[in-house]
Amino acid sequence: MTNVLKKLKLESPIHISKRTDMPKWKSWLIRGGAIVAALLLCGIISSILSSGSFSSFMEQMFKGCFSTPRRAINLFEETALLLCISLAVTPAFKMKFWNIGAEGQVLMGALLCATCMKYFGGKVDDGLLIVIMLVFSIVGGAVWSTIPAIFKAKWNTNETLFTLMMNYIAMGLIACVIAIWVPNNSGTVGVLSYGNFPKIGRYPYILNIIIVAILTVLVFIYLRFSKHGYELSVVGESVNTAKYIGINVKKVIVRTMILSGALCGIAGWLIVGGASHTVSTEVAGGRGFTAILISWLAHFDPIAMSFTAFLVAFLSQGSSQAASVLNFGGSFPKIITGMFFFIIIASEFFVGYKIKFTFGKRKAERADELNAEESDGSIGATAYDSADLGDGEPNEITARIDNSAEEIALPSENNQNAQKEEEVEA
Amino acid sequence: MQDNTVAIQLKGITKTFGEVVANKNVDLTVYRGEVLSILGENGSGKTTLMNMIAGIYYPDSGEIFIDGEKASIHSPKDAFSYRIGMIHQHFKLVDVFSAADNIILGEEYKGFDVKVEAENIRAAHTFENAAYEAYNPEEHTGVLAYLKAPKYHSEKETKRKIAALPFIKIAKRIKFGWLSRNRADALQSIANRYGFEIDLKKKIYDMSVSEKQTVEIIKVLYRNADILILDEPTAVLTPQEIDKLFAVLRRMRDDGKSIIIITHKLNEVMAISDRVAVLRKGEHIATVNTADTNEKELTEMMVGKKIDLNINRTEPHDVEDRLVVENISATNHDGVKVLDNVSFTARSGEILGIAGIAGSGQRELLEAIAGLQKLNGGDIWYFDPAKDNEKIDLRAKTPVQIRDLGVRLSFVPEDRLGMGLVGNMDLVDNMLLRSYRNVRHTEAETKCEGDAAEENCIPASCEETTDVGNAARENPNIKSNKAKDAFAKFGKGVANCVSVLWSSVFLDRKSPKNLAENIVTELEVVTPSTRTPVRRLSGGNVQKVLVGREIAAAPTVLMAAYPVRGLDINSSYTIYNLLNEQKEQGVAVIFVGEDLDVLIDLCDRIMVVCGGKISGIVDGRTARKEELGTLMTNYSGLKAAPDSVTEG
Repeated sequence: MTNVLKKLKLESPIHISKRTDMPKWKSWLIRGGAIVAALLLCGIISSILSSGSFSSFMEQMFKGCFSTPRRAINLFEETALLLCISLAVTPAFKMKFWNIGAEGQVLMGALLCATCMKYFGGKVDDGLLIVIMLVFSIVGGAVWSTIPAIFKAKWNTNETLFTLMMNYIAMGLIACVIAIWVPNNSGTVGVLSYGNFPKIGRYPYILNIIIVAILTVLVFIYLRFSKHGYELSVVGESVNTAKYIGINVKKVIVRTMILSGALCGIAGWLIVGGASHTVSTEVAGGRGFTAILISWLAHFDPIAMSFTAFLVAFLSQGSSQAASVLNFGGSFPKIITGMFFFIIIASEFFVGYKIKFTFGKRKAERADELNAEESDGSIGATAYDSADLGDGEPNEITARIDNSAEEIALPSENNQNAQKEEEVEA
Repeated sequence: MQDNTVAIQLKGITKTFGEVVANKNVDLTVYRGEVLSILGENGSGKTTLMNMIAGIYYPDSGEIFIDGEKASIHSPKDAFSYRIGMIHQHFKLVDVFSAADNIILGEEYKGFDVKVEAENIRAAHTFENAAYEAYNPEEHTGVLAYLKAPKYHSEKETKRKIAALPFIKIAKRIKFGWLSRNRADALQSIANRYGFEIDLKKKIYDMSVSEKQTVEIIKVLYRNADILILDEPTAVLTPQEIDKLFAVLRRMRDDGKSIIIITHKLNEVMAISDRVAVLRKGEHIATVNTADTNEKELTEMMVGKKIDLNINRTEPHDVEDRLVVENISATNHDGVKVLDNVSFTARSGEILGIAGIAGSGQRELLEAIAGLQKLNGGDIWYFDPAKDNEKIDLRAKTPVQIRDLGVRLSFVPEDRLGMGLVGNMDLVDNMLLRSYRNVRHTEAETKCEGDAAEENCIPASCEETTDVGNAARENPNIKSNKAKDAFAKFGKGVANCVSVLWSSVFLDRKSPKNLAENIVTELEVVTPSTRTPVRRLSGGNVQKVLVGREIAAAPTVLMAAYPVRGLDINSSYTIYNLLNEQKEQGVAVIFVGEDLDVLIDLCDRIMVVCGGKISGIVDGRTARKEELGTLMTNYSGLKAAPDSVTEG
């Protein structure tokens, strides 16, 4: 029996090989399948954890998102914000500039936006104020992204660390400004009443959603059809090619990061002007990091990004509803989102690699082989024994223990002679 | 010579990568004490097949037998345990270590199993005790009786010896981890045995390519490899170094080792091997004795059809100086001089070959001309045929500036997918690399000539339109048809302006698409479509795309660095023909090559670089290989070289 096992070890039953030939529809089918599988898994786990059934989890997920128009609007507004920041990081990522400073750039946009609301509010017309807020937000975000870009272009500093550190500086700045504005240490600015976005129709946030929809199309066109978009993808693919063709790499880096920061600034403007009407260090709420994930999952395609952003927003809103109804506690949405991402990212493995199970296919064949061999004495197994025991160290003990010593292929010199004799005989 | 003992046998080996079948049902036998050449074009599956023996890949199906036993090689470590060693094309050495340290690096601790050793001792003692009991002292007399008398091992002695084993184990482990001072001397004996001329105490960074290769070979020998696989070992060597390597390989063969050489150079196959195995498109075509075949027959087997391997070199005509390089020098990032006072002239209607060991400054030289390498001194002059050979300074210009000056310089860089093309982009987008900056041609622009002037035309055409517009507005009372004319003109102007603006912001994929389609049909590029990422194409097709794009720019100077590296014979000759065509059309062609035979057949003049300097320029029609080989390694004779230069 051990012989059989060892023999089977000779060939691994699973072959994994890289592939690049999968058609697009198939890869999206796999990803879609992963989403469904993740949803089912989350449902099963939550039904085990709670007294509620599988269907009640599903019901609450959808209820939390779509049961009232208000909830649906909230969902789309959250989608829009995530999408806006994802759009912002995408050009930089396409250029392989790992900008993880979106959080800080959004915060700077939000801070300058709130500053405008506080100091210009009431002094100018609300419409004009919103435009001023926009300009300042864009400047805020852009400045925050340009600093690391310039350092990268001039001295080739590590942009990942740099942009990450800029996040903390932005948070510190906001905390500092709040402390100046609100001397009583409460730490909250309160709702700023001027410069709030006008309502379109019956519900708030509609303007946010429209603006982001327009931005999505613009960014899509920029990346796909504009010369700038082409240049930045050449830089991302190969700096050498870019230089060879005469692209000013430094200029492209700085230009793209200005765009990236500006879009983050717009996100800050949408958050403060269009939604929260106040500013705090929590105003970006980690969306700057989530957006990175969204952008990657969509393979930097703005249209696909709108779906992944929606998925993320749906998950967090739906699962927090499920958590509150089914008494799961505050961490439940995070667990659900984590499980989702885990499964979706894992599914990429099946898109990029082909897995071939040789075990089942060759089992019968091999069994025949083994039977035949075992009746002639255990050639294959003993050969494996000797190979298994050491890296070429001749091991006489094995030879003595085993009766079929003459059949062992020991890589020592005296054995080689034995083999030669054997072959002569044959 | 071979002793007809099978060292390794492959049966029905098949390996696929995705849809690509790299090896299909290959049977191959290698004997002890022979040199077997694996001959095949690039992409015929030579390296894949060898990688399966060396444990880098695992075959999808088929069996490998080593010394008659079925073997399963999952990793290079497994391969070593079967005494197989492979010397890869790209050396894997630690630069800052000495050769000796590189050789012992990664040596496996041979393990010391206490249980097994105890078993060993016990068995040995039992055996000897049995002998003791059976021993009859009367059979022997005198001293012999004393010497041959078996000893009796008491139970206590056995136990004591076994108890000491753990300590022996520790001692052995410590000894293994200890670097002996004279380790280099110990290794030197292996080197001397096969006649390697190398100092093993030397650091790798001080070594030439051929020395590094020697270190790799010794490393494999040190690990007791009996089967050595060399992947294109001669690609980086000069003719003299190749002779030395072959001498060493012959000595190893005579020592009973099996040597497998992967190559696509026929003359080397004939020189070194005992037998040749020919692969074509992953299939094993035949294995023949070298003595019974000839180069022509092998080529036919390799390519699958008869081909004409002649390069048609015509006499240059209308020769005039196109590009003059004077005393340029450059240093790399580490401050090492990569170009040292290089001067030469490239002439129109001529192919100037550049020969030299890889990394002697060829890349930097071409990049300096293309505006990609910073220079420390010297001048680069271009004589513009469109402007009556006006002298243009190309020094310290960026690629865009060079283009804007109207210099039609095309450059096929060595690194095709890392520099010349973008692997992840499709054919059309790769065509765009050269043309995306162009602004759409409008009527106003047709007056302007050349790419460079185009950008200057944008403001001109816009001004024109505004003038017309102002004229139309200022004179509202002019005759109606005149106004109509003016208005139409104005409209056209606006349309032009919009079109120019549009095309200065957005990409035009139409003309690149046409270009890509032209290249695909004219150069017979095998690709599913023009929207396929170029990295999915084979090496030859990638190169056709790149060369096609560069030639489409109608160059006056065409620089090509190793344009046939990794290409099959047919594709190589396509490229040579393209270069010859360009030469016929009066282009100054600069061709950096590695195959000296090709350089001698193709080029009108051959410039040899060595250590960033020019060690000689010889006439391609009279050059000999050995002469080039000497110049390639002519570090000491550099000063004398200019006198012996025969400017052709």
